[in-house]
Amino acid sequence: MNGKPKWLVDWFEKHEPKGRWAWLGSTYEAFHTFAFTPNRVTTSGSHVRDAIDLKRAMITVVIALIPAMLFGMWNIGYQHYLASPEPLPSSLPILTCFWFGFLRMLPILAVSYLVGLTIEFAFAQIRHHQVNEGFLVTGFLIPMIVPVTTPLWQLALATAFAVVIGKEVFGGTGMNFLNPALVARAFLFFSYPTRMSGDNVWIAADLWGTDAIAGATPLAELAAGLRPSASALDMFIGTIPGSTCETSVIAILLGALLLLLTGIASWRIMLSVILGGGLMGLVFNQVPFYYHYLMGGFMFGAVFMATDPVTAAQTNAGKWIYGFLIGAFAVMLRVMNPAYPEGMMLSILLMNCFAPLIDHCVIARNIKKRQRRALLSSKATSR
Amino acid sequence: MNVKKLLIEPLRKTNPVTVLVLGICSCLAVTAQLKPALVMGASVTVVTAFSNLIISLLRKGIPSRIRIIVQLVVVATLVILIDQFLKAFAYDVSKQLSVYVGLIITNCIIMGRLEAFALSHGPIESFLDGVGNGLGYSLILVIVAFFRELLGSGTLLGYQVIPPSFYEAGYQNNGLMILPPMALIVIGVVLWINNSKTESK
Repeated sequence: MNGKPKWLVDWFEKHEPKGRWAWLGSTYEAFHTFAFTPNRVTTSGSHVRDAIDLKRAMITVVIALIPAMLFGMWNIGYQHYLASPEPLPSSLPILTCFWFGFLRMLPILAVSYLVGLTIEFAFAQIRHHQVNEGFLVTGFLIPMIVPVTTPLWQLALATAFAVVIGKEVFGGTGMNFLNPALVARAFLFFSYPTRMSGDNVWIAADLWGTDAIAGATPLAELAAGLRPSASALDMFIGTIPGSTCETSVIAILLGALLLLLTGIASWRIMLSVILGGGLMGLVFNQVPFYYHYLMGGFMFGAVFMATDPVTAAQTNAGKWIYGFLIGAFAVMLRVMNPAYPEGMMLSILLMNCFAPLIDHCVIARNIKKRQRRALLSSKATSR
Repeated sequence: MNVKKLLIEPLRKTNPVTVLVLGICSCLAVTAQLKPALVMGASVTVVTAFSNLIISLLRKGIPSRIRIIVQLVVVATLVILIDQFLKAFAYDVSKQLSVYVGLIITNCIIMGRLEAFALSHGPIESFLDGVGNGLGYSLILVIVAFFRELLGSGTLLGYQVIPPSFYEAGYQNNGLMILPPMALIVIGVVLWINNSKTESK
């Protein structure tokens, strides 16, 4: 018991559910392992000892998301003060902007976690599974990819839909074939289109409530056939309207760096998404191709969404194909379909569906190749 | 002959949609609103019942090699009758249903009941079986359409159900409910509930 508060240890030992309360086992287990690593060890069999487990992988992703989250909070406030009709203070203090954004994000985050975790615990309880950490990242991602003015009840509904239909019906964490956070966004996008696109959702008008100040995102300008009015540098730093935490390429790249250094996300997928998007951008040549990296959620999707280890392709060759097509389809949707200014969400969901097929083809091809090689060598030896 | 069994069992225990998973396509197509779903359910019930009856009457005279063609002729005749009837007396709904009335011919439930039941049972039993299965199909159609119309449009049978004060408070209709994918998901949820209930017994 090194460093563990004694009262907590005692409390957990005293309250282990037995008898009448035994059905609460997995909830107890979840809080117990959340509080500290329990002393219980297995007594037989051989085991793999590894520094990385699901909890650690998940928490690393959350840490990687924090720069984008912090920047997003600041940007919510910045966009609000920039667009509000009240006279601007001569200089915008960083903390004022951040505080505004923080207060806006807090309820969104709370609703996402509350709804998602409640459902997750309920399902674990019913199925007598352990509660696992899958929702830790999903619950963090959902608030980051919606407009700041999304009503909380819609967010709650979308989160519930994503957890139940996107994940639990397939068997829970690790069994889903669609990225649950994107399922939540897609649900909002198709259910409440006026709340998810257009010019009237991106900038919060007041601290509480869902009113917005009109302001077009660069992608909306592109869809309207205009050249984005923000400069490339602004879009790179992220001082543009957009979904809460997707705007800053710098903050996202910081997160990407951590994910790549720790090896949690696949560099093959990130690189191939960027290659695919760039190539399509060059083909259409509507704006300079690198604009597509800077606008909307392209980078966020490439770094945090496409690389989701559950829903991405598993084979190395498959990852290249999967990522490349995500980038290509995303830019194609952006340029060719004015109804969907942002193509990243739909293209990732589409390729999520195809990832198993890609893997299957890659494996089948590999088997054939090896069979041929084996056949050739056996012929050579028999001769 | 157990009338109750023939009529009640297809509603839950051997429901053609939730247990046999037949006739899904039309469930997706006509359930955006309650009214077309009701009309569609009634049409399918009539067609299943009478095609069952007619085939059951003819069953001893049909050579088994060409039985599918004979069945098709009977079903197609009934469907055309229904289609003409709807055009004459319920033109708006018939417009809404468009090709899906004609497509009742291809509804697997009808052929399924003809093959599995009418060919080996007497006319009255077959008729009741057709009615039961038609009602089982209608039941699911109505459940799905109820939720899709209520949540998607805020109406039921065209009447505003969700009060305007809700909308003023910020409530919005769920656009996804109107789109076909949601029909599939709602049917999936109905299936899920049904399965989990029957499994636990």
